[in-house]
Amino acid sequence: MSEVVLDVRGLSVYHGQLCAVDDVSFVLREGEILAMIGANGAGKSTLLRTIAGLHHPSAGSISFKGVDLATMTPNRRVRLGLSLVPEGRRLFSSMTLEENLQVGAHRANKGPFTIERIYELFDWMPSRRKQSTWQLSGGEQQAVAIGRALVANPKVLLLDELSLGLAPIVIERIYGLVPEIVSQGVSILIVEQDVAQGVAVADRVHCLLEGRTSLVGTPEELTSDQIDRAYFGSDLREVPAHEELSE
Amino acid sequence: MIWLNVVIQGVLVGGFYALFACGLSLMFGVLKVINLAHGDMAVVAAYVAVFLTPHLHIAEIWSLLVVVPLFALVGYVLQRTLIQKSIDRDPFTTLLVTFGLSVVIENLLLEIYTANAQTVNVGAIGYESWHPGSIFYISYVSLGVLVAAVAVLAILQLFLSHTGTGRLVRAVADDREAAQLSGANYRHIFGIAAAIAFATVALAGIAYGMQTQFAPTSGGVNLLFAFEAVVIGGIGSLWGTLVGGIALGMAQVFGAHFNPEYQRLAGDVLFLLVLAVRPQGLFGKKTSLS
Repeated sequence: MSEVVLDVRGLSVYHGQLCAVDDVSFVLREGEILAMIGANGAGKSTLLRTIAGLHHPSAGSISFKGVDLATMTPNRRVRLGLSLVPEGRRLFSSMTLEENLQVGAHRANKGPFTIERIYELFDWMPSRRKQSTWQLSGGEQQAVAIGRALVANPKVLLLDELSLGLAPIVIERIYGLVPEIVSQGVSILIVEQDVAQGVAVADRVHCLLEGRTSLVGTPEELTSDQIDRAYFGSDLREVPAHEELSE
Repeated sequence: MIWLNVVIQGVLVGGFYALFACGLSLMFGVLKVINLAHGDMAVVAAYVAVFLTPHLHIAEIWSLLVVVPLFALVGYVLQRTLIQKSIDRDPFTTLLVTFGLSVVIENLLLEIYTANAQTVNVGAIGYESWHPGSIFYISYVSLGVLVAAVAVLAILQLFLSHTGTGRLVRAVADDREAAQLSGANYRHIFGIAAAIAFATVALAGIAYGMQTQFAPTSGGVNLLFAFEAVVIGGIGSLWGTLVGGIALGMAQVFGAHFNPEYQRLAGDVLFLLVLAVRPQGLFGKKTSLS
């Protein structure tokens, strides 16, 4: 088995009184794609933001290649090799496409992804690099957000709700890049509300329900029934009474 | 011809307001901090210039070569300590802290230097002016301040648009969290922005001292004018601040032309008019209000 790059153990995160993430543990190995699925409010984004350093956990630990991240600021985690593409893209709105990438690259680690490489991956970018980001479509903005994270040359890429608000054809195109990214030795942790999309691309699936782990497995070994139950908390279809009790 | 003179004098005053206001605009635009001690910082800079230079054996005007870098350093340190601590709590705390700073500074100045008015002595040139026409008098000092204001804004603009650090300052102003996720240490960037803001306010304070007398409590009214210039020009727009300062200066000179008592009133009326008709300011973006 390949090396563990990200090791999350017993992680709990509170938003005030609300327990958003409750005792979640998992590992991410080198070159692996792990999909974190779950309904709205299951704690997926909070989990990702905590790994990136934007929230403080109340219990548990996160380590990256054996280094404990507890006291590390988000910017130092980026330099260590941990980049988050945040939900809603969050591009720098007063800047051009190219400037967004330049900000991403300003403290870049050594690695395969340069601004030129991003321009090769997204061939529409060079001709529009001087445009303000608000002139780009949602899918294009998402591509810039991914590019901005990639130019830092992360070892682990955290992707939060890539498909949100995008057309299916655009989502397909963006997910089409994932194999290319992984082939460069990057591990990916995807948070996705769109279960089919998450399951299709992932090596392993981790389902959250109200902050707790409700299901773990590979796409091959999980049935859609199991996933439905883990996702919604109960089977929406007819369920025999004894099965419900045994749950 | 009289109106042309009103315009000229208004532009000259406006240059000073822009110089005074650009640091305030930067602090608000990047740190989202309204620095209520901004005016008092300018006054402190003028006092330091007046009382430091005898020890340095240089002409008082050259004191800015010492005071401006000193204030940049003070700005960085103050940001990384006191102001950052208050930002970490909530926006209201920053208001209280900077207001408290303002009170402390005014009273310390009173205690140390008394309420006597001071002035930054620039020698005979302080009273001389260029006299291009029968009724036109353009004070050399005011003209110098206008040129300095334009130069400062131009340098600031170049810095923000064309340097890596300037780009990070804009990134942090746009979205602090996203900038962190791109590897930027936003506290350090905040410190740099505060250093620039304090350097410009030191320059403005010395410019003020060269043009007129100042006392420990002079900061407040200048802060008000700076606010008005920023709001008229549009928050977050550097050149807007210059235009806002000039518009405010022209309104004030225009008002004073009818009656000296109307000087401030005319500026305040313009300010309220802009707020009512175009709340984002002349050059501001609507989104910057949200």
